[in-house]
Amino acid sequence: MRHSRFDTRLGLTATLAVAALLIGPVLLSVTAGVTRNYFVGLSSGLTLDWIVQVWDLYADTIWRSYGVALATLAITTIIGVPAAWVLTLFPGRLSRLLEELLTLPVAVPGLATALALIVSWGSVGWLRSSVAFIVIGHVLFTLPFMVRAVRAGMQGADLVVLDEAAATLGASRRRRFFDIIVPAARSGIVTGALTVVTLSIGEFNLTWLLHTPLTKTLPVGLADSYASMRLEVASAYTLVFLLMLLPLMVGLQWIAARSTRHGGLGLGAST
Amino acid sequence: MTHPLTIRLDNCAKTWPDGTRALAPLNLSIDAGETLALLGPSGCGKTTLLRMICGLESADEGGRIRFGDDDVTQVAPEARGVGVVFQGYALFPNMNVAGNVGYGLKIRGVDAASRRRRVAEMLELVELGALAERRIDQLSGGQRQRVALARAIAIEPRVLLLDEPLTALDARLRQQLRVDLAKLLKTLGITCVIVTHDQEEAMMLGDRVAVMSAGRLEQLGAPETLYRDPASPFVADFLGTLCRLEGGEVATRHGVAALTFRPHEVELAPPGRGLPARVQARFFLGSHIRFELTLADGQRFTALAAPDAIWQPGDTVSALIEQARVA
Amino acid sequence: MGRRRAWLVIAAPAVVLFLAFWLLPMAKLAGIGAATPQGMDASAYWLVVTQPRYWQSLINTVALSLGATLATLVIALPVSRFLARHPDFPGRRVLMSLLLFPLAFPGVVVGFLVILATGRQGVLNTLSKALSGDPMVLAYGMAGLFIGYLYFLLPRTIGVLMTAVEGIDKHWLEAAQTLGASPWRRFVDIELPALTGALTAAGAMCFATAMGAFGTVFTLGTRIDVLPITIYDEFTNYANLPVAAALSVVLGLATWAVLYVANSLAARTARGN
Repeated sequence: MRHSRFDTRLGLTATLAVAALLIGPVLLSVTAGVTRNYFVGLSSGLTLDWIVQVWDLYADTIWRSYGVALATLAITTIIGVPAAWVLTLFPGRLSRLLEELLTLPVAVPGLATALALIVSWGSVGWLRSSVAFIVIGHVLFTLPFMVRAVRAGMQGADLVVLDEAAATLGASRRRRFFDIIVPAARSGIVTGALTVVTLSIGEFNLTWLLHTPLTKTLPVGLADSYASMRLEVASAYTLVFLLMLLPLMVGLQWIAARSTRHGGLGLGAST
Repeated sequence: MTHPLTIRLDNCAKTWPDGTRALAPLNLSIDAGETLALLGPSGCGKTTLLRMICGLESADEGGRIRFGDDDVTQVAPEARGVGVVFQGYALFPNMNVAGNVGYGLKIRGVDAASRRRRVAEMLELVELGALAERRIDQLSGGQRQRVALARAIAIEPRVLLLDEPLTALDARLRQQLRVDLAKLLKTLGITCVIVTHDQEEAMMLGDRVAVMSAGRLEQLGAPETLYRDPASPFVADFLGTLCRLEGGEVATRHGVAALTFRPHEVELAPPGRGLPARVQARFFLGSHIRFELTLADGQRFTALAAPDAIWQPGDTVSALIEQARVA
Repeated sequence: MGRRRAWLVIAAPAVVLFLAFWLLPMAKLAGIGAATPQGMDASAYWLVVTQPRYWQSLINTVALSLGATLATLVIALPVSRFLARHPDFPGRRVLMSLLLFPLAFPGVVVGFLVILATGRQGVLNTLSKALSGDPMVLAYGMAGLFIGYLYFLLPRTIGVLMTAVEGIDKHWLEAAQTLGASPWRRFVDIELPALTGALTAAGAMCFATAMGAFGTVFTLGTRIDVLPITIYDEFTNYANLPVAAALSVVLGLATWAVLYVANSLAARTARGN
């Protein structure tokens, strides 16, 4: 089919403009993070000093964020994969309601969820002051993404029939779950896992209200550096964060490109 | 209807951007008011040829397409005045039946009252008068086909192009709509090109049939000519089953190196008069019986006999090949 | 069926977690919103809808979110059509990756990127000073927030719309073309109706995301009067829990309702096709 020339020109212009809008500021940030004096410009020379300084100041937030992300991943996998299987098995109205409910913590602003958690569980002293409080918030926020990704994988594999076939062969429920269902949903689980880790590492809205001075995560540290550090340090910190995201996003896009479904990735960081 | 036009293609070829040849250079002339059927297996270039005539694909440099005296090679599809029925019909889901049929008229700025009249007339013509307000997803396959046809002819096109118009329908409905379509095309008297991979459809609807294979025109002619006088084994085989026997017994009995014939050209008789053969299988098909046979040297062929034929698998018969042709 | 029902138990942990840490806390929050704040004579819900400073903040948020949503759809549509219709465009894979990478950026980072581009030390300011001599700083007000919203909404929308454009039967467009429709008429009569469902769903997602955005505005400056900042202020600076709770509940209900209605509409259009 021939495309109208106007369409093509408009599309190309808009695409390049959007790419510039999205990528330009990232390049600025990366540059600022390795420039000796951003105010003077690149002529002041390149340096890794700022990154070293970030490491000295904020290394603990980086490790904590990885820890929170892994704990979140473990919990969302353990409770999310079985939930996804139940939703696949019962495609009725009740399932849709359940999925709708589980998605609420994503649909409703994180600020509201965080306030609700604080008024209900904030009085439990040990919980309020521990990283577990943050993990709970992250699990609420990321669980729908895990469930959705796993479900997509299960539906593609026509798993209900496979499960019934295994049952006629005499396999117990437990065996079927681990021998048939989990392996068949593998790519969905991997997609879900990468999504969960990506979102958890970047989660700010909930975390900002749930954290204490002793449980700062990376985005909390970022907000702190944006408010109180010089531009170069903030940029260097952002650069470290972007480098942490990069392999996760590359992995997600690689899986998305291999599967037949395409278009957008099923994730959106907390804004 | 406007006066029918001839369609002439001169030296039209099509090469895809990746360099593959979809269509070898081709000259084709379609008479005014004629229905030409483009027949061939999938990937033979027949749909590409059709899309070139309606302008959705451009011919390679040097090709020329004319409608009557009008050179349309550079004319965009929206200005060519062609009526097209797409494979799968491509009815607009956001418009009802009347909306679809009247869309081309709306584009042409026809006022609402005349449009309504013309749409009613078209729907009457395809016997869908009562369904004007139906949504597309409430129509059966056969109804969709007729809406697509009404939409294409509503704009009084200079030529009518149909891409596999009946393929999407089940066998029984296809039979009936074929008859309806043939009648309608005669009534309209419009120059028409119809793409199909179904030989029966091509022979029923086409005044002439163009058999295509691998981007080439194999043969062009009236259905009878093609069937009785195929220019190549491909054409012969594509228009019905063709059997071929050679050597040994064939040479002695018929005095030729090889025989080609169609299954209904074989008469089976008690042993003695023709080629001795053995019945391997017998299929009762209602109007006739189909026999699969072998010669003594193992060559296989097929014969069609009247439904009262008595032969059973294992019987030895003799095959009389009526219009024996030299291969 | 009875045998299947035994599977239900394994969904229990997810349900328990949701009830204990989301639904019940939310109910409690909604209850707190019904309380009367200190020194006031009405419930927080009543205050929220009657006091101008709260509903002004709500109107600001809705107007900004609506504007950002419309702008996003208008910009994302040609981009999605271009990317969907030109699968052989050189460098398309890389371009797609670049356009989708910001999906992972949290709002705080988006806010910082807006500052780098349009803040006091931003390129926009530098360019403006060099060209016209006048400074140009957008980052710390509504304009900066608007740019930030565009930044995180565009990648979310482009993916959704691309899938929808790819789903349009190209024969519809060709049929319209042979019937005489110009490119513009094909776009208006065939393409836009086919995209209505996706545009509605994407628009609702944009609106809900923008309404609840907190990180971006938090970085850009807490002087911008939008609802998430108001909630945060009431909670931390004024320790006015009832009002913070009431505003949260109103905001949560609003975003959820928009998403729910739009998704139902989109599903109905999808079935209609």
